[in-house]
Amino acid sequence: METYADLIECEDLLLFANAAITSTGQREFHSQAGEQRLSLGFLHDYIQGNYPDLYALTLALDVNEHNAALIIANLLRQKGGAGDARLIAWRLSRMSPPRVYRLFGRLRREGVNNRRTRAIVRDWLAGRPDLAFDAVKYRAAVKSAVRHAHLRPAGELGDFLFAPFGRARYETPVLEAWRRAHYDTSALYDLPYTVAEGFAARHGISRAVFLERIAPRLTRLERLRLAGAAERDGVRTDADLAALPLVRVASYVLSLDHRTRAERRAELVGALRASAARAAGARAGTWGTVTAVLDDSFSSYGSPVKRRRPLAVALACHHLLEALAGTYRGLWVSGGTDPLMARPSGPTPLGRRIVDALETRPGLVVIVSDGWDNAPPGLAAEVLRVWRRRLDPGGEVGVVHLNPVYDTEQFDVRRLSPMVPTVGIRDAEDLPALVELARFAEGRTGVAELRAYLEDRAAVRDRVALGERRALDDRAAPGERLTLGERGVS
Amino acid sequence: MIDLDGLETRPAQTWGALRLVPLVRREPIVDLRLHAKVYGDEPSVVFLPDRTVYTAYVPHAFVASWTGDGGPAAAYGTQLGQPLRRVPVRLRRRMARRADRNRLRFLPLHLAVEGFLALHFGGPEIAWEEWSRRAVAHGLSPRAEDAYTGAQVRGLDDALKVFEIHPGQCGLLLYAADAPAGAFVVPHPEDYRALHPTLVRDLYGELVYEYAMLHPARDFPAVIDDAAVSSLADLRAEADRHEREWAGFHDSVMAAGLLRAPERVEEIYRMGRFTLSRFLPSFERKGDNHIGETITDEEGRLAYLKTFRLSEAQSRRGHLLSVLAAHGWSLPEAAAALGIDVAALGMRLERAGFGHLLRQDVLDGYRKAVSGGGRRTRRGGGTSPPA
Repeated sequence: METYADLIECEDLLLFANAAITSTGQREFHSQAGEQRLSLGFLHDYIQGNYPDLYALTLALDVNEHNAALIIANLLRQKGGAGDARLIAWRLSRMSPPRVYRLFGRLRREGVNNRRTRAIVRDWLAGRPDLAFDAVKYRAAVKSAVRHAHLRPAGELGDFLFAPFGRARYETPVLEAWRRAHYDTSALYDLPYTVAEGFAARHGISRAVFLERIAPRLTRLERLRLAGAAERDGVRTDADLAALPLVRVASYVLSLDHRTRAERRAELVGALRASAARAAGARAGTWGTVTAVLDDSFSSYGSPVKRRRPLAVALACHHLLEALAGTYRGLWVSGGTDPLMARPSGPTPLGRRIVDALETRPGLVVIVSDGWDNAPPGLAAEVLRVWRRRLDPGGEVGVVHLNPVYDTEQFDVRRLSPMVPTVGIRDAEDLPALVELARFAEGRTGVAELRAYLEDRAAVRDRVALGERRALDDRAAPGERLTLGERGVS
Repeated sequence: MIDLDGLETRPAQTWGALRLVPLVRREPIVDLRLHAKVYGDEPSVVFLPDRTVYTAYVPHAFVASWTGDGGPAAAYGTQLGQPLRRVPVRLRRRMARRADRNRLRFLPLHLAVEGFLALHFGGPEIAWEEWSRRAVAHGLSPRAEDAYTGAQVRGLDDALKVFEIHPGQCGLLLYAADAPAGAFVVPHPEDYRALHPTLVRDLYGELVYEYAMLHPARDFPAVIDDAAVSSLADLRAEADRHEREWAGFHDSVMAAGLLRAPERVEEIYRMGRFTLSRFLPSFERKGDNHIGETITDEEGRLAYLKTFRLSEAQSRRGHLLSVLAAHGWSLPEAAAALGIDVAALGMRLERAGFGHLLRQDVLDGYRKAVSGGGRRTRRGGGTSPPA
């Protein structure tokens, strides 16, 4: 028997999941960064206060890194929390190192320094594949984390962090390269790009020469980011587009001007398709007839800090659905027919495009839009309502709305209609999982199933985390690794 | 009467208290183009041909370029090989001034505001005894009115920023709490795209400022009657019907006051087949009064429009001046036309800010008459016992 409280709980959790998947605390088209952070902060407090047992489990969902860091900070701040350490460790191991270091910095600033926190910092640092490399690349952050967790790094690392010029030479190659880079211009090419850049400026090395020689050391994202700038200096960074996540490729494609897109059409479309095929994996071609309504109205520009993000998500979904579906049609809201040339402009006549989509008689309609239906306002909701009530009461055609933008006033992503499930989306790769989650949003399955789903996911992640931990312990042979020991409290 | 022929009304977008209604032109006008010339933040002083001086914050001027033969014109500053010459000018001559052959510089909205300020600016034509010597010699000078810039209207900057411009859009009607606040129409969609942000630097009346602060506007959501729908084609027809109904409702009800506004039209400048003119409303009380300026072609079709909504006090002032001027500045006749006695008219003039036009002793007399006469007031100021 479902009670009213159960329904509210189910709704709250889905609302939180949507928020935690989409919002990054950055400025959006319709709201400022401050509003986003305030709204999101309230939501976290609300969920943590009302559902303390479920709050940690939400880490197991595909919440984005900003929210994962927020959840972890809130959990560690809480007194007497326990039992979620493995889940936290699992999530931290999947976050990008700069973000984890930023989280540690935040814990330090806020004075969160309980035993649990120290153990989590210690374990995460011990699990880094090459801590010396981290110490060079994120020097200040590593130093601050080590200090905060009361650790005493063994061997050279402690000296490197706290008395770098106390040694005449280092045995670890990357530390030695860092020492030599201070006076030897050839040594700096063994350092990570961000560190080497500073040394290059100090030695007055020209940009073209520097880029030419540092090129092999660039990371995947640095290659992509520098592709345009380096080409002006005649250096090719050989960015491998197809290997990147789908939305990242889409963002890159949309950042190019129309002429470049036309010139490099085969390459760009190839990269998008390859990335989509990889994301689709074994599910490719299994989804039957799918029609997508994709929003490329002016609001899909996002904001100066999230440039064209909603449009990039739509473009990525277009290619992923193309790979997943047997028969696929993508309808852009502006009426454009060439997805590669998509640009954010014009109003959002979503209602009419949904009618167009339903006319193609698909098995599934996927709407990717920020939900600001304005030409005319509310037509999409009416079309979906009448469709469900009058034309398709059996629900033969599935309709899912994916929304990449968090709406601060509703503490949720903006919905089109109560008849249609709306879920937040950030990375196109999550699309299959989100369509699964949309099941809960439709209200046909209850809170018991949702809890079971969450706990099941968390258990799977827990086992993964445990397995990794064991592997780590087996791997760590004494003397071979930089070991970390807790500093004795005097 | 403003004729919006050729411009189609599209669904409105709302933000806070503001409703923005886009107007789309099927066929853009190519032989007249507008371009904004941004001035600094300093106040501008404009010398007018009748030797009066107009001082205001003028954020920008518009430059209209046209071709005599109907061929396409390019917006000034965007032609190849003709860089924009930047001349820091603070003193300007005339509201509308020819900048070159086939190019006219004019100060948008200030053209219309100046027309309103200059209304019966000369003062009494007949030196009736009630008028002060200064009123007879110098007219209404100095005459001042206040307005708010768009940046002060709450939410206008955000509303313009998040507004999604329609393809082919050539105009925008702005409503604050569903009262028409201003209209803006340009000849070409590209001009509109360029000039859309300038709306935040324009003038807005007091009423717009207050309504934007106090009364939030709601979307008119589309409603479809599900009994009438049995197929997708019906659904599409219903959507079309809704759009037509909205356009009809907007043009005949929401914008009616604005479109009916022009009463007195004054021609300012002829450029080829186009005419720049400004208009004043009828100063009807309890109605919305808009002043504005238009550019129309030889058949009267609208190429450019910009309006300013007068506040209640401003329309009252306009009304008083019009009535006075219509009766040769004779107070008894004007009072009779308004259906009040002369003393009440005198007090009304004073409340409207025109007290300095009347002789002080005359005004004092009116004040006494209205407050019940001086007989009951003793020299010491105390009231006398009832007789």
